Amino acid sequence: MRIRHPKDFLTGVMFVFFGTAAMVLSMGLTIGKAAKMGPGYFPFVLGGFLTALGVLILLRSLLWTAGLHAWPVLHFKPPALVLSSVVLFALLLRPLGLMGATLVLVIVCSRASHEFQWKEALLNATVLILIVLVVFVYFLEFQVPVWPSFLAPHA
Amino acid sequence: MELIANLALGFQTAVSPMNLVYCLAGALIGTLIGVLPGIGPVQTLAILLPTTFSLPPVSALIMLSGIYYGAQYGGSTTSILVNVPGEASSVVTCLDGYQMARQGRAGAALTISALGSFFAGCFATVVLAVLAVPLSEFAFKFGSAEYFSLMVFGLIGSIVLASGSMLKAVGMIILGLLLGMVGTDVTSGVQRFAFGIPELADGIGFVSLAMGLFGICDIINSIEKQEKRDILKQKLTGLWLSMADLKAAAPAVLRGTLCGSLLGILPGGGAILSSFTAYMLEKKCSRNPESFGKGNIRGVAAPESANNAAAQTSFVPLLTLGIPPNVVLAMMAGAMMIHGIQPGPRVITSNPDLFWGVIVSMWVGNAILVLLNLPLVGIWVRLLSVPFRLLYPAILVFCCIGLYSVNNNTFDIGLTALCGLLGYILHKLECEPAPLILGFILGPMMEENLRRGMLLSRGDPSVFFTRPLSLTFLVLAAAMLVVVALPNIRRGREKAFKEE
Repeated sequence: MRIRHPKDFLTGVMFVFFGTAAMVLSMGLTIGKAAKMGPGYFPFVLGGFLTALGVLILLRSLLWTAGLHAWPVLHFKPPALVLSSVVLFALLLRPLGLMGATLVLVIVCSRASHEFQWKEALLNATVLILIVLVVFVYFLEFQVPVWPSFLAPHA
Repeated sequence: MELIANLALGFQTAVSPMNLVYCLAGALIGTLIGVLPGIGPVQTLAILLPTTFSLPPVSALIMLSGIYYGAQYGGSTTSILVNVPGEASSVVTCLDGYQMARQGRAGAALTISALGSFFAGCFATVVLAVLAVPLSEFAFKFGSAEYFSLMVFGLIGSIVLASGSMLKAVGMIILGLLLGMVGTDVTSGVQRFAFGIPELADGIGFVSLAMGLFGICDIINSIEKQEKRDILKQKLTGLWLSMADLKAAAPAVLRGTLCGSLLGILPGGGAILSSFTAYMLEKKCSRNPESFGKGNIRGVAAPESANNAAAQTSFVPLLTLGIPPNVVLAMMAGAMMIHGIQPGPRVITSNPDLFWGVIVSMWVGNAILVLLNLPLVGIWVRLLSVPFRLLYPAILVFCCIGLYSVNNNTFDIGLTALCGLLGYILHKLECEPAPLILGFILGPMMEENLRRGMLLSRGDPSVFFTRPLSLTFLVLAAAMLVVVALPNIRRGREKAFKEE
């Protein structure tokens, strides 16, 4: 048996995973009966459908697909850098303030591009920080720490 | 006469100075973001959703509609000038639009696309206004069973008419429905799938999901593709249409408008289907179909009019029945819910100013696009020459700050990153995220109606099949599935979506 359609195969695996997870988690809730459904009823049924569908897609990718299809091509850098830059912004916003967090966000996510240059990214970050300060802090009076907490004067 | 009184109320709301400013701002910002290659109306709406939250509901919706039209217009600008469609509905515009641009007629293509959209918008606004009242009165007769069946019908319709694998699309809907269950169960007050995280008590934030799946994910995809763009270097001259162009395009605009208005009302209809159908129709009507794809102005006029008409009439099912027929409208529904307005037949009676104001503002938004955006096209073109590697950090910065501003917490930003990861995986597996969003929006409503319907029937599921209206919806849904599964039509459908 060969995986004839890897993308479908993985989709099937994903559906089975989410489907069974939903069913298992629903069992911890009250399922109830058809006339008086508990909070677990609908998600349990949906989970069942999703699992069945996942199995069907999985089997199809193994047995009933004509020809061989390609595996998905994964690039590690762009998703990892973009997503981690967003997470870093979330983590650093309070301790480093808006300016620090924006700087980190811009530098990290800029590295995802294959044309990354330090000088350009720093310049871009400076311009963006200025725009953010003017638009969000000055005009929209956005309630957020602007300076890093260790630099800010303690009120 | 009631119609005129209603439209007058709408005008009063839409043309108030404040709302006019928001409409204008929305149209401009929408164009600004929408013009970026790889970013279409859905992504633009997702990215800009938080900017409208601090506004009163009417203004917020007017601004969002403005953003939507702006983004669509921006998307067609990119299609015509760069040959990179922002989203599926502009793919057809690329065919003849880019060829026209290469022949030095980019100005004419942009103008006819704006004028065609404007005409289509005017027509569709009237269609929407005429249909809205009777349809919403009709919807008042619906009980829980009817609503549940209608939602099944709507969800099935949205996948039948969409591209890609049907099985996967069904799975995406179910996944969306499940994600919609996260948070506090309305009926019992029990927390579901929240894993004890207090921020999840209200469910997964719509903004986080939409921005993750469409905004962040599409940025990653664009970086990955590293596509080379050949922007037209020659100067954009002459936005005026020649008499011959106008004569050739006018009937195409008319046909496109009719086609789009009709298809927009269907569940799953909307911009993609209608622009594609209008293009095919135009080719069929033409005396020399071989000129299409080589810069025929009718190949730009018809789909651009059609997608705008459809965009507008697809508000009909949302505002009268509460069913978003496609992703864009799901965004609108999400925005309405965030403002505490449940889309559905009650909107007309409980918020008439909002209802008619938004309808008329669509018309105003289109007018603004013709009057203001068209002359500004030079600026948008210049924006296209800014490299993407400098633009996407800016988009991310605004996304993050916008996300933080929704609830003043950083949890939403992290959740968005997670949704972005999900979106990236789905993209790699060729699963369309659109049905997921539709399921997410409809999930809680569907569950509520199912529970209520079954409670009233004391657990007898036959209630869905014995009430005539409910049965009709279910039979229609089943019929759509059967029709698409027939081998002949399936081949036709695959071919049709490939030609895009």
